[in-house]
Amino acid sequence: MYDIIVIGAGTAGMTAAVYGRRANKSVLLLEAKSYGGQIVSAHRIDNYPAEPGISGFDFAQKLYEQTKALGAEFKFERALDIKDGEVKTVVTASGEYQGRTVIIATGSENGRLGLTNEKELTGRGVSYCASCDGAFFRGRTVAVAGGGSSAVRDAIYLADIAARVHLILRQDTPDAEDESLLSGRDNISLITGSRVTKLTADKRLTGIELTARDGSVSELPVDGLFVSVGRVPENQSFAGLIDLDSAGYAASGEDCLTKTPGIFVAGDNRAKTLRQLVTAASDGAAAATAAVKYMTARK
Amino acid sequence: MKVIEVNSSNFEQEVLKSGVPVIVDFNADWCGPCRMLKPVLDEAAAENDGFKIASVNVDREQDLAFEYGISSIPCLVVIKDGQEIRRSVGLIGKEQLLALVGGV
Repeated sequence: MYDIIVIGAGTAGMTAAVYGRRANKSVLLLEAKSYGGQIVSAHRIDNYPAEPGISGFDFAQKLYEQTKALGAEFKFERALDIKDGEVKTVVTASGEYQGRTVIIATGSENGRLGLTNEKELTGRGVSYCASCDGAFFRGRTVAVAGGGSSAVRDAIYLADIAARVHLILRQDTPDAEDESLLSGRDNISLITGSRVTKLTADKRLTGIELTARDGSVSELPVDGLFVSVGRVPENQSFAGLIDLDSAGYAASGEDCLTKTPGIFVAGDNRAKTLRQLVTAASDGAAAATAAVKYMTARK
Repeated sequence: MKVIEVNSSNFEQEVLKSGVPVIVDFNADWCGPCRMLKPVLDEAAAENDGFKIASVNVDREQDLAFEYGISSIPCLVVIKDGQEIRRSVGLIGKEQLLALVGGV
């Protein structure tokens, strides 16, 4: 039996493990893929305190080593369910693990456009990771579709590689910070108030159809499309134990508490206004501290 | 078994003429998710001998990357008897990896 089982070894989950171990609690991290979470895809990080310019991979690696050195245990298994009780049981495909507390730090998945041939064109011109796949589009024409800062940052990254980047934003104007980042980037053309409504392909992607807010439709030939339409929280497996908001995020405050005593949430799968590395780390600290307090009160 | 590095000169021998199915991992050093996939592949290769895992660096082996139409990495291509039978794009865990090569 573990004191704390953390589901998800991203920034929130590993930070929770660091805080748990430093409070001398035994910690198991369950991770479905590999440690690091979403930040692994970041080319560089410039807004995390004291580490300007670090790559997402190096950040994840350092946090993993810190977590391991403190004695947290990692198992690479997908958590499928939690059975509640005085002791919680986390069920995976290969086993069951008992914990006095559970912290759900499952984060989120890439949002999809939801177009019919999107899946078959993934890896054939459609990408969800600019830092991974930008290099395949050197000197080509690409589009970035999205609704916010991450789409703007992807476009700026790609502008150094591709000949032309069409940045397609759902909103009518980018926010002020994003707009200043885009200024002087001559090979980025900004198309606002539009969304991608069709993918044209001949074995691989050849173009996209755009629909503007007024209903007008246009075609744009592109070699690549980078989708950055936000994230989908991964809470559905635990919906019976935690309240979810209409978008599927855990409806918990900064205390990271849920309606089930002993079960906490941390990171991008929690409802919040700002999803950043620093707020994920902050959640991990808050959730682990709440878990320790819960165990102390039950002694 | 260990993950084997393959290139255009040993691809035919190691992959196309392999007696067991091969998961070919197309990757690059600058791709974070590719680097995160490495320990998953190493572990799966060490624990299984019903298939092998081959690594192709797309920067050094551009012809192979082109031949397989790679435009997103990490990309795992399952090859059996010289033919591509399945493909998966993006970072996956060991359970998904075993499912990808399961039943082939």
